[in-house]
Amino acid sequence: MKEKIISIVESNGKTPERLMDILLAVQEEFRCVSDEAVSLIASELGISEADVNQTKTFYHFFTSKPVGKYAVYMNNSATSVMSGMHEVVDEFENQAGIKFGETSPDGLISLDYTACIGMSDQEPAALINSVVFTELSREKVKKIYADMKAGKPVESMFSEYGDGNNADPLVKSMVKSNIRKAWPVCLGEYEVGKGLEKALATDSKSVIEEVKNSDLRGRGGAGFPTGLKWLFCSQEKETPYVMCNADEGEPGTFKDRILLTERTAMIFEGMTIAGYAIGAKEGILYLRYEYRYLKAFVEKVLEDLRSKNLLGKNILGKGFDFDIRVQFGAGAYVCGEESALIESTEGKRGEPRNRPPFPTQRGYNNKPTIINNVETFCSAVKIIENGADWYKKLGTEESSGTKLLSISGDCKLPGVYEVEWGMTIMEMLEMVGAEDVQAVQVSGPSGICVPPAQFDRKIAIEDLPTGGSMIVVGGHRDLLKDIVLNFMEFFEDESCGSCITCRSFNMILRKQIQRVIEGKSIKSDLDNMVAWGEIMKNTSRCGLGQSSANPVFTTIQNFRDLYESMVKDVEFKSDFDIDKAIAESCEYVGRPAKVHE
Amino acid sequence: MSKPVIATASLAGCFGCHMSVLDIDDRILKLIELVEFNKSPINDIKTFTKQCDIGIIEGGCCNTENIHVLKDFRKNCKILISLGECAIMGGLPAMRNGIPVKECIEEAYLGGPTVGENKEKILPNDEELPIILDKVYPLHEIVKIDYYLPGCPPRADLIWQAVVALVTGDELNIPYELVKFD
Repeated sequence: MKEKIISIVESNGKTPERLMDILLAVQEEFRCVSDEAVSLIASELGISEADVNQTKTFYHFFTSKPVGKYAVYMNNSATSVMSGMHEVVDEFENQAGIKFGETSPDGLISLDYTACIGMSDQEPAALINSVVFTELSREKVKKIYADMKAGKPVESMFSEYGDGNNADPLVKSMVKSNIRKAWPVCLGEYEVGKGLEKALATDSKSVIEEVKNSDLRGRGGAGFPTGLKWLFCSQEKETPYVMCNADEGEPGTFKDRILLTERTAMIFEGMTIAGYAIGAKEGILYLRYEYRYLKAFVEKVLEDLRSKNLLGKNILGKGFDFDIRVQFGAGAYVCGEESALIESTEGKRGEPRNRPPFPTQRGYNNKPTIINNVETFCSAVKIIENGADWYKKLGTEESSGTKLLSISGDCKLPGVYEVEWGMTIMEMLEMVGAEDVQAVQVSGPSGICVPPAQFDRKIAIEDLPTGGSMIVVGGHRDLLKDIVLNFMEFFEDESCGSCITCRSFNMILRKQIQRVIEGKSIKSDLDNMVAWGEIMKNTSRCGLGQSSANPVFTTIQNFRDLYESMVKDVEFKSDFDIDKAIAESCEYVGRPAKVHE
Repeated sequence: MSKPVIATASLAGCFGCHMSVLDIDDRILKLIELVEFNKSPINDIKTFTKQCDIGIIEGGCCNTENIHVLKDFRKNCKILISLGECAIMGGLPAMRNGIPVKECIEEAYLGGPTVGENKEKILPNDEELPIILDKVYPLHEIVKIDYYLPGCPPRADLIWQAVVALVTGDELNIPYELVKFD
């Protein structure tokens, strides 16, 4: 063990900054990061065990005890549950003879849940030893378990691969890209290097100017003007960094997965253009662990770009040096928040930083840093290639360009759609073949639950801004149980715990929703939930706590009748059960469990 | 018009909140002009003799007697106030909430360092005694509570201001320092 760990640490530059990579390699090698491993890593890196432990314990995919030879991580997001996750879970438990959260005594298989793995259009899905299994069913689970018993490697448990690059020899995944609609920006025709060539033919200021003029805004969901971000960063004195946020963890979002699979070079080209614009030398793609199956492929694309002189030293002979490395996460939703993402890339816990200073002032390694979404970089390539005016013709007045939508849930054609901003929800539902819809969850759990009365609203920054997650909720669903409760459980799990209000109110709100579902709530509880959510929103440091009450807020606002039909219209109601409260102590001291009034 | 009637009780608390009531010092004379006291440890009236306007309760509920007294207060008072940390959140006594009640009783009567000799291993099980609950409950989980006065103990000035505002109907004016403790 010792030699192996020393070699892992050394191959990662023997620096604490690469702790994430070291821990990932140790976890994959030994199926856990044991206490012994922690002290070895600490002494090799010259940091304390506590430093290693605080990072290790933050991420979902690092474990103290060994996971099974086959480690199953079942996605328990709302869309997975809607697609029949419980049947799949039941079959896994039947076959393996253990419950979720356990490892079989022979160490063959471990069963765990994980948050959305970016496969909402092909659920129920699970990761088994970081290989993605989609559209699971009882039959498939039976076959998978038989293969495990036979000791088959996970990669050879299936032979049919998905479309496009999913079938690439370096990917060989069953994942489908499901591209349903392509517009000329991200998913249209693309020729590698054209945008970059054009950018390098002008000066960096003009590149920023062009992006600014295009009115491109961040595609991750927050919608900050991209050109402005680049401009701010370019005005800083120190050499800046370019980071690409490919940690798409918002349940129901999977459009970055398609870009990472089908437009990989375009993402890197966008990062390189940004690097040229702001004067950076180094870029980092922060890729979520759930997409580990793309590792070899993504790294090969980087190699290809280097060999074409589109990356590396003296790019296209213009004297511009820029290179990119891939940083993997290890399972933490909050790392999609840009300052948490920076912390994680530095090998630390993914806890959001206080702002200001903003990342454009002090980001990665305390140097100015721009962090943009995968789709933002892709859009920037086309803007440089075709010009800001071309781009601005697409979309609406206030929201220029196109948006990739990840559409899932109760519809005939789930998948990725590139549409112009300005489409209404109604038009979208027709496009995806959805009927009898009771709600559309726009932007995932942290977004808005839109009722039918608002289906004429536009998908645009000025009306319904979105990172692209659209979950269609059919009329037969139990909105509170299938959606709201699932979302609150998710936030409770994913809160980093740094801000007290986010740490506690997510749990409290989850419990309150449970009480509503169980018929234990009263009318005033609804107002309390809104008031508490408001406190959490105002007192949390990052976007997680600021938006995690939204499932509760937006459903109470838009589906008030549903709630009111489930709560009692009384002034007060107590859950206190005196018989239950005295049972244990009476039994222990030996007296009848009876209260004299 | 007759004076508003106040009742008070200390449940699973330390009487510190009641001490804080006494900390209103000479204002107690003004208080007597403003209100009349019924059941309360302050005047040692043991049972309600009439319907009251305001019930002020210190401490949470750790046993069946606490529950009984609290429900009795709800029945006999128009307005109920949770006074102090224990009433509002369970406070110090609620530190046992993460420990099974069996272990708590064991520690208190059999194994604890202050137990001394209990050779026959006697546990308090006389039917006259209140029964220990599985955990300590804050008051608002048992009955409806109208107002909460925070603090450990709440400052005398806070109690004074709140009671005066309630009985006079004047606006409650709480300076920041009265409820901010750090």
